[in-house]
Amino acid sequence: MTTTLEPRAIGRDLARRDGGAKVRGTAVYADETPVADPLFCRIVQATVARGRVTEVDTADASALDGVVAVLTTADAERLASTDDAELAVLQGTGIGFRGQIVAAVLAGTDEVAREAADLVRVTYAEEEHDARLSADRDDLYTPESVNPTYPPDTAEGDMAAAMAEAPVTLDRTYTTPMHHNNPMEPHATTALWEPREGDGGHLTLWDSTQGVHPVRQTVTQIFGLEPEQVRVICPFVGGGFGSKGTPHANVVMAALAARAVPGRPVRLALTRQQMFSLAGYRTPTIQRMQLAAERDGRLRGIAIDVVEQTSRIKEFAEQTGVPTRNMYAAPNRRTTHRLAALDVPVPSWMRAPGECPGMFGPEVAMDELATALGLDPVELRIRNEPEVAPETGKPFSSRNLVACLREGAERFGWAGRDHRPGVRLEDGWWVGTGVAASVYPTMRMPKSTATVTYDGGRYVARIGAADLGTGAWTVLPQIAADALGAPVEDVDVLIGDTDHPEASVAGGSSGTTTWGSALVEAVREFRDKYGDAPQDGDAASGSVKPNPAEEEYVMSAFGAQFAEVRVHTDTGEVRVPRLYGVFAAGRIVNPRLARSQFLGAMTMGLGMALHEQSLLDPRTGHVVNHDLAEYHVPANADVDDLQAHWIDEDDPYVNAMGSKGVGEIGIVGTAAAVANAAWHATGVRLRDLPVTLDRVLPGR
Amino acid sequence: METELTLRVDGATHHLRVDTRTSLLDALRQRLGATSPKKGCDHGQCGACTVLVGGRRILGCLALAVAHDGAEVTTSAGLAPGPDEAHPVHRAFVDHDAFQCGYCTPGQVCSAVGVLDELERGWPSAATADVVAGPDLGDARALDREIAERMSGNLCRCGAYKGIRAAVAEVAGVEDGARR
Ligand code: FES
Ligand code: FES
Repeated sequence: MTTTLEPRAIGRDLARRDGGAKVRGTAVYADETPVADPLFCRIVQATVARGRVTEVDTADASALDGVVAVLTTADAERLASTDDAELAVLQGTGIGFRGQIVAAVLAGTDEVAREAADLVRVTYAEEEHDARLSADRDDLYTPESVNPTYPPDTAEGDMAAAMAEAPVTLDRTYTTPMHHNNPMEPHATTALWEPREGDGGHLTLWDSTQGVHPVRQTVTQIFGLEPEQVRVICPFVGGGFGSKGTPHANVVMAALAARAVPGRPVRLALTRQQMFSLAGYRTPTIQRMQLAAERDGRLRGIAIDVVEQTSRIKEFAEQTGVPTRNMYAAPNRRTTHRLAALDVPVPSWMRAPGECPGMFGPEVAMDELATALGLDPVELRIRNEPEVAPETGKPFSSRNLVACLREGAERFGWAGRDHRPGVRLEDGWWVGTGVAASVYPTMRMPKSTATVTYDGGRYVARIGAADLGTGAWTVLPQIAADALGAPVEDVDVLIGDTDHPEASVAGGSSGTTTWGSALVEAVREFRDKYGDAPQDGDAASGSVKPNPAEEEYVMSAFGAQFAEVRVHTDTGEVRVPRLYGVFAAGRIVNPRLARSQFLGAMTMGLGMALHEQSLLDPRTGHVVNHDLAEYHVPANADVDDLQAHWIDEDDPYVNAMGSKGVGEIGIVGTAAAVANAAWHATGVRLRDLPVTLDRVLPGR
Repeated sequence: METELTLRVDGATHHLRVDTRTSLLDALRQRLGATSPKKGCDHGQCGACTVLVGGRRILGCLALAVAHDGAEVTTSAGLAPGPDEAHPVHRAFVDHDAFQCGYCTPGQVCSAVGVLDELERGWPSAATADVVAGPDLGDARALDREIAERMSGNLCRCGAYKGIRAAVAEVAGVEDGARR
């Protein structure tokens, strides 16, 4: 058991420390870094999905007044490591996907750079490409592991026998489409390469990233530099949701460009359109679900067989089947993942990878099963609540799914729901309600260090953490203050710079656990050394340690989401007038900021339910709706009565703060709750996302 | 082709020489170093670049700088009455945590100031029940719909819409306009 901090600053409803700068717009993001006389870098992207570049004609581009350099495969510097094909920018003539970077232009103004990029003529030897995902392909393969390191397949008992023998069974296929993260701030870097006598030069990257140290690590490897030669700075990130969790080709391109013009800063901001091929995305998924149940609803078996895509040049295997492994009790179980390696952009992390798509199929299937059994879908879930984690038999450190379902049902007014679909008509709208469960693992990264210094009556902690809107600037001082036993007003925590001690990526909802634990350790060291009366300049550092309780317990946050859906009888327009979420995510460090995280993730889940799908044309390998006018994310008026609540959860095992991470769980289950409500409204079962009118109307 | 022009930005006068293809947004960001107007799409699809010109909200990415010679441009940074003071919309945004990453936020703030002025003038929107009478500011639910409709040109991927609506409603004089 971890010694839990006495919460004084933790739990307080404090405003964001960076709020004033953000509302005024004086907070500086990567592309706005004040540098003298920058060059603007614009990239040229492949227009074929597979093949080779045979010629790049740069004559017209180079001739343009104001162009400083045109970089192509022929003249770009050779990188020290090309092991990661996504990041081997301009290293070979091969094309792995449409949109790959094939050249770049540097010019004194953005307008000239853009014109010049248009003037670069690229000739290709095009090869036949393959960008069509289907579960029927004969070349699907089993990855060695799924993100990050889970086994691809698990099996227990005899699922086939359970399906053959159980009185009630369900065998259905569900799909989720390709999704793009689309943070509002496009991926951007300001880069400066300074050759220095004697030490081999120095690279500074002001990069929009979820982890300055991970970026430095990648860049040093790729360019063959020492860590001291690279500094990555990122005080503010205009959202990322996973797409800025790992550096993409644009970061390498920016560094390459800067090294081509020593001493001159370079700005490279991807356009919104370019982000659809270069900044990662969530793979489409095909989920075959099998449920075998007793008449009372108890599951005898549960299985999910997932088919999804990766790119031919680099594997990313979304762990879509993983949440099914520990969600509901059942003696017979199976999860599998099969991949199609296609000529498509490289998929990557998007908010709650695995859990987010992987709780769509299962949670709609549970709704279908409840209907088949004539059971309340809330009650069906409660009946299948496991006593221990089904996969390992270990206890949960805390598991409050049932409490979330009960409290959500209470707040939503679920009691007395008529479970029949398609029977409520109000003012020309079919009305229905739906529920789904949420889950997200509580993760701790192995490495992060913090230092604490006492200076002029204040404590200053430093750690290379990131705040992508999550609230780290505000929450980390709350944790440090409680560790110190000092007023939060007297504590500063500085983040977002590799000059601070090394920190892990802001991903997997692990930031607060990992960085907070490092801060707690640093404070412990500090107090051990200096006691309660430190002198100016006293400093100590500490690092996150492995949590022995992780050996004994399975740690996860849980939640329940309830949606009301209205579907217009004539137009099929789908609206969500109410969406409530109740979460059990350990101790809430800052309620104001945590609420924003839950609501924001639920809003993104609403987008997944109703709007979002990237349409990749298999004939061209191109995402055709590659901008914000056609890839629809929720707008203000799409959100109506949206509420997030949480139950008080005391978990002594997760970390010293008792917190579980709140950034991702809110998007898990939302789409299923909405799809289930849309069925309840209309009687049309929605197994494919998004729930658009063309899918609802034909069934009515 | 380049041309000279004058812009007044947040009270300061700037003379600059720009490529005639330069958008107002790029003139502000790339020539004048203004950080408040953001670029989310450069295509008029997100609202991050919203600034006030002559008190009305416009999208900086869809405006050519040369078409705004002599214009009075206000960004969110220029709304504050003084360096240590905040505009009421700034304060309400912080109080309601109407943002997370902050990237859409200066545009939201400018849009909100524009919306408050439009409401004040009685301009109708698609959410106005009686377009002749104008928006009904006395009814919290109606006002919430007006704000939701009028703020929908400003996308927020962090999903801070509920806080944004509550903040704007508060400044409009209605407590907690977003239905709870
Ligand atoms: S940047 Fe102008 S609307 Fe998006
Ligand atoms: S606050 Fe991040 S996009 Fe609105």
